Amino acid sequence: MSVAEHTHDHGAAEHSRFQQHHFTTAEQQQDASKIGMWLFLVTEVLLFGGLFVGYGMTQSRFPEAFKSAHHHLQRELGFLNTVVLLISSFTMVMAVQAAKLNKQKQLIINLWITIACACAFLVVKYFEYSHKYHDGLLPFKAFYSYTGKQVAGEFHFFTFYFMMTGLHGIHIVGGIAALGWILKRAYQGDFTNAYYTPVDLAGLYWHLVDLIWIYLFPLLYLIS
Amino acid sequence: MSGHGHDHTKLYLATLGGLILLTFITVGASYVDFGSANVVIAMAIATVKASLVALIFMHLKDDKPVNAVIFTSSLVFLGIFLGFCMLDADSRDKVPTGHLTYIQQLDLDEAKKAEKAKAANPPHAAPAGEHH
Repeated sequence: MSVAEHTHDHGAAEHSRFQQHHFTTAEQQQDASKIGMWLFLVTEVLLFGGLFVGYGMTQSRFPEAFKSAHHHLQRELGFLNTVVLLISSFTMVMAVQAAKLNKQKQLIINLWITIACACAFLVVKYFEYSHKYHDGLLPFKAFYSYTGKQVAGEFHFFTFYFMMTGLHGIHIVGGIAALGWILKRAYQGDFTNAYYTPVDLAGLYWHLVDLIWIYLFPLLYLIS
Repeated sequence: MSGHGHDHTKLYLATLGGLILLTFITVGASYVDFGSANVVIAMAIATVKASLVALIFMHLKDDKPVNAVIFTSSLVFLGIFLGFCMLDADSRDKVPTGHLTYIQQLDLDEAKKAEKAKAANPPHAAPAGEHH
């Protein structure tokens, strides 16, 4: 590596030991990683996209059943979880900024709050799921055993409810694992203004999980 | 490398405030009956929220354009997928009055066939079952 190539770092950011030899600059390495992450997010959009299309098709076939079935969901809990995820997105972007500005303590605090919000989301989801389990409001005709007053085809709604929120929940669990790993590395002092790509990429993933919930909340909880 | 960076805390806080405000609005709008426009309104608000997240929290606003192009391409293809499927779903069962859809015609044929079979041999079928 020539000295000239290091001038990109403004002098303030030191050469990172995480820069791999096949990249000319740290910036080039970060750009390449980011493109890879965005390509992964594209596959995520298409994965959830299939479920969204299925929801749309089924909803248009059973509009009355969907309207009636969604009253079993508790809006307040869905709203609470939306706010929890939005706050976690805010703390996540604050963590990325802290890493960028070399503020180690702020980075660790914000990562902790993000993980705490993710866990809070899952706790609320657990209460919602257990309530539906007790009422027999389960996915697929074979498991659905609710006997109260209802419109024909309501089980279709719960099939989509559990598949969509379930896949989303798995992504939350994955996010907690990823953020836990980022937190461990943050404690090791791996992230500086010269190298914070993993924080940035975990942030992108976390925001996508939030973004998907932004659509799930009105589609499942707010049918009118 | 953007080693120095700027402090965007105020922008991020304002974005969070906007997102929570829009969540209140979408809940409020769901209590008002706009007919079939309700879904459109809810999805429009969700899209504004998603844009805020993508542009500010995911940095697409200030990032290299290639990332925005990649992400938008997925939305375009999802739009085609969703658009054509919904076009299909929304045009089903909407045949001019007096005409039957293919499925309804099949159901009717089935019912007629069953009735014919019942009319052909009613006395034997029911008692035969009771003897054994």
